[in-house]
Amino acid sequence: MAYSEKVVEHYENPRNVGSFDKGDESVGTGMVGAPACGDVMKLQIKVNPATGVIEDARFKTYGCGSAIASSSLVTEWVKGKTLDEAAALKNSQIAEELALPPVKIHCSILAEDAIKAAVDDYKKKHAH
Amino acid sequence: MTSDAADRPDNRTLIFSMQATPHFPIYMDYGATTPCDPRVVDVMVPWLREHFGNPASRSHAWGWEAEAAVEKAREQVAELIGADPREIVWTSGATESNNLALKGAAHFYHSKGRHLITVKTEHKAVLDTMRELERQGFEVTYLDVLEDGLLDLEVLKAAIRPDTIVVSVMAVNNEIGVIQDIATIGKLCREKGIVFHVDAAQATGKIEIDLKTLPVDLMSLASHKTYGPKGIGALYVRRKPRVRLEAQMHGGGHERGMRSGTLPTHQCVGMGEAFRLARLEMAQDNARAKALHERLLKGLVDVEQVFLNGHPTQRVPQNINMSFNFVEGESLIMGIKGLAVSSGSACTSASLEPSYVLRALGRSDELAHSSLRMTIGRWTTEQEIDYAIETIRANVAKLRDLSPLWEMYQDGVDLSTIQWTAH
Repeated sequence: MAYSEKVVEHYENPRNVGSFDKGDESVGTGMVGAPACGDVMKLQIKVNPATGVIEDARFKTYGCGSAIASSSLVTEWVKGKTLDEAAALKNSQIAEELALPPVKIHCSILAEDAIKAAVDDYKKKHAH
Repeated sequence: MTSDAADRPDNRTLIFSMQATPHFPIYMDYGATTPCDPRVVDVMVPWLREHFGNPASRSHAWGWEAEAAVEKAREQVAELIGADPREIVWTSGATESNNLALKGAAHFYHSKGRHLITVKTEHKAVLDTMRELERQGFEVTYLDVLEDGLLDLEVLKAAIRPDTIVVSVMAVNNEIGVIQDIATIGKLCREKGIVFHVDAAQATGKIEIDLKTLPVDLMSLASHKTYGPKGIGALYVRRKPRVRLEAQMHGGGHERGMRSGTLPTHQCVGMGEAFRLARLEMAQDNARAKALHERLLKGLVDVEQVFLNGHPTQRVPQNINMSFNFVEGESLIMGIKGLAVSSGSACTSASLEPSYVLRALGRSDELAHSSLRMTIGRWTTEQEIDYAIETIRANVAKLRDLSPLWEMYQDGVDLSTIQWTAH
């Protein structure tokens, strides 16, 4: 199938690839998907504990080009957002931005799940 | 009929003929379809232009010359597989041949029994036809294969019942290139009085087939996997001992009543010429493919966590199917955009299931998702193989840098112990 220009652009030049130290108190990690399904996304956020604002993000993704593009896009979008703003991101926004075809919508859902999981992980670390 | 190097088009000839249209990416998907050999195209054209007669027209010369051309082509097809021309029935392709063979035999012999046997790694044209026969009330057993893709004959023996009427096993697998032991399976079926069908779509021009000695009753043939045109195929139907079929296409009684429909003279002539060339050049084609196969493997085997799918030696050299662990197949195909190949990844199909063939070998879903099928052929060059090695290595490395699974593997995490959130 043909990919949208934006998917190709993110695939060719993925933003914010890499990993933070999982144990770092300022880091929230979300890993979603399963190898058996052909998609695994690991998304990490680095949060300023004083302001609750996401200052940086990293991702690693095993999956098709649309999955890689969705996670790359999300790392760009969450920077500068508060935890609640980030958790409110909708998969439809991702799908629209990347012009994903219906068969690839699950990639955007996975990216939404990944950011929510990362926010949850950070909140759990700071629950008390 | 002889062939010498002078009448074989070299690579430049094909590239020249392909310059009229864009021919990038490099074609390594000969298992999907082969280019039509320029020599085949040349013999077809007159049958589209001036010699347009209907081969079934008995009342004038236009029909007679077309009929003669179709019969000559029928002889050429028969000769490649050691058959009598009267045993060749023209069809629209291997899918139709598989349908005619399986439905035709099941419908004709249904009073003898209602059980059929096939293999889980067969082409969808066989599997979907079997599903339809089940819907009609037949029973079908789908056999497992060994890890190398080969059928265990003991498993087949155990599946045969007194009411088994048809066994269908492909000669060469389209995804992984393994060659089944057709002679031994055929002998077993012959002893039990069971009709034996072989899908040989991927086999012609790659392995020797001699139906004078091979105990096969029905064999499906394709033109476009053997450098002929698309839209034509044939079904071999044995005369001695005679195999009967119930026609699936009615109207006019062409092809001795087994398959009605006006014959496409140019297509028949093209398939005939393609099969004539395949007979003359099989040894040469296979020797080249074998050398290129080894060159490609040599360039990729030292990549970490790479697995060859299918038996390493009981296979055709034109097929190389590999899994690059921790890299998803579709994203790899997106990266190696200079190569036209295919993948067993779910993402390349409409369903979300990875290759059922690789799953049948017992490969994990991960490795099935991570597979690449490269199929080479008559015009593949060493330079193209070297380019393929370079681009695959670079993109596997790039995608592994992106892969959380690769990172975990590097950290010594056993991925099978992780609780994944399946979606």
